[in-house]
Amino acid sequence: MSDNEASKEPFEPKIVAFFCNWCTYTAADLAGTARMVYAPNIRVVRIMCSGRLDPQFVLAAFRDGADGVLIGGCHPGDCHYQEGNYYALRRFTLLKKLLKSMGIEEARLRLEWIAASEGDKVQKVMNEMTKAVRELGPLRLEPRAYDLIQAQSTMETEATALAQEVHHE
Amino acid sequence: MSKPKVGFYWCASCGGCEEAVIDLAEDILPVVEAVDIVFWPVAMDFKRADVEALSDGELAATFINGSVRSSEQYEMVGLLRAKSQLIVAFGSCAHLGGIPGLANMFDRKEMFEEIYLRLPSMNNDKRVMPAEEITVPEGKLTLPASWDTVKTLDQVIEVDYYLPGCPPPVDLIKEAVNAILSGELPPKGSVLAPDVALCEECPRRDSKPEELALKEFKRPHEIEIDPEKCLLAQGLLCLGPVTRKGCGASCVSVNMPCTGCMGPTGRVMDYGAKALSAIASSVDSKDEHEISAILDRIVDPVGTFYRYSLPASLLHRCYQQTASEDEGKEQ
Repeated sequence: MSDNEASKEPFEPKIVAFFCNWCTYTAADLAGTARMVYAPNIRVVRIMCSGRLDPQFVLAAFRDGADGVLIGGCHPGDCHYQEGNYYALRRFTLLKKLLKSMGIEEARLRLEWIAASEGDKVQKVMNEMTKAVRELGPLRLEPRAYDLIQAQSTMETEATALAQEVHHE
Repeated sequence: MSKPKVGFYWCASCGGCEEAVIDLAEDILPVVEAVDIVFWPVAMDFKRADVEALSDGELAATFINGSVRSSEQYEMVGLLRAKSQLIVAFGSCAHLGGIPGLANMFDRKEMFEEIYLRLPSMNNDKRVMPAEEITVPEGKLTLPASWDTVKTLDQVIEVDYYLPGCPPPVDLIKEAVNAILSGELPPKGSVLAPDVALCEECPRRDSKPEELALKEFKRPHEIEIDPEKCLLAQGLLCLGPVTRKGCGASCVSVNMPCTGCMGPTGRVMDYGAKALSAIASSVDSKDEHEISAILDRIVDPVGTFYRYSLPASLLHRCYQQTASEDEGKEQ
């Protein structure tokens, strides 16, 4: 798709959600069975507990093309494993700080406590987040101008080398 | 039979890795006995043309330290790759990007302006900036181009082995050289150091609590450090739990918390994320605001957790939209 064609379509963000098995994933299931309508931009990954969420997963999602990452866990005090969501909260707090200094906007990472009965909250959060990330636009993790020059000159060198090889043959 | 040929090269580095070779002391003698060093710009008078004159694969091994951030370094490592059977990324910079990799928080324009215009010790009234090309009466002069992004060695050429550390510990260098000479090498791509966290060899290991519960992070100059007790338990930000051992715990032995130069253990994708995870998890609070206040004491998370590994991280660099970037796009 050329840039022109792309600019006609409104930007649809890709959002990866990590939902805990016991609360938020169940709530998402509930939203589904209750036929609640919500933005289709979110791809849900089920994890056993929000405490299982390794910050590497978030960075890997961004690296592989996610425009936003949503983390969902049980309300404080309600964790199926007693304390997993507190670990999630601590890591999330520091990760958000790190991402900010790396130039990644705060709205691209969100943590929400959503209980198994709160299907409507899943709907609300998914819609809000999709809207916020859509307004931010795509996350561009592209090489800088002077890195492109390098890549380009490499390609030129390789092309020249190939041309010479062909010539020799 | 002729001796195997070996080369050394440096890219964006401080020279500390070359010192580490000298630190082999008399142990370097059997090495020199066993190999011919045919290229080592910092210590011996060989030129690029000497390398170009070698046939492909003629060098048994080349040890390259420093990260790659300019067109010259890029060309040289490409040339050395072609001439060498084995490439060893020597030290944190070649392995993970190292200290020069922190420049990935900025781009080339910001860096040049800081160094050539704003630095207090810089006297540059004519605002002269480095140029890749200039014509003088005698002809055209050129300089290598600096990049916007600092790269690890394996982001630009294929690397066979890694020697971690800033600089690599002497014992590991010796083991690596012996392994190369005897041909008893681990699988390609291995880091030539034990795949276990530093805590395992830490002299303070026994005083590390089962569960760390930190209410406050402290900096080494702010407290009188107990020389026996686990540094993390004293509130100091020690990255031992997520850093590869092999350094003999030299920093922690002298009251300096580990800053992670040996890089992660084998199964970690992103050192900084793992370090961040380990440190954040040890915060002793369940309250959102208190957690935030405790973690605010870590003033520079990127410099703390990615001190040696920003270019090797999943994000590679900072993505702040800057004026210079927009300018770059227009070119």
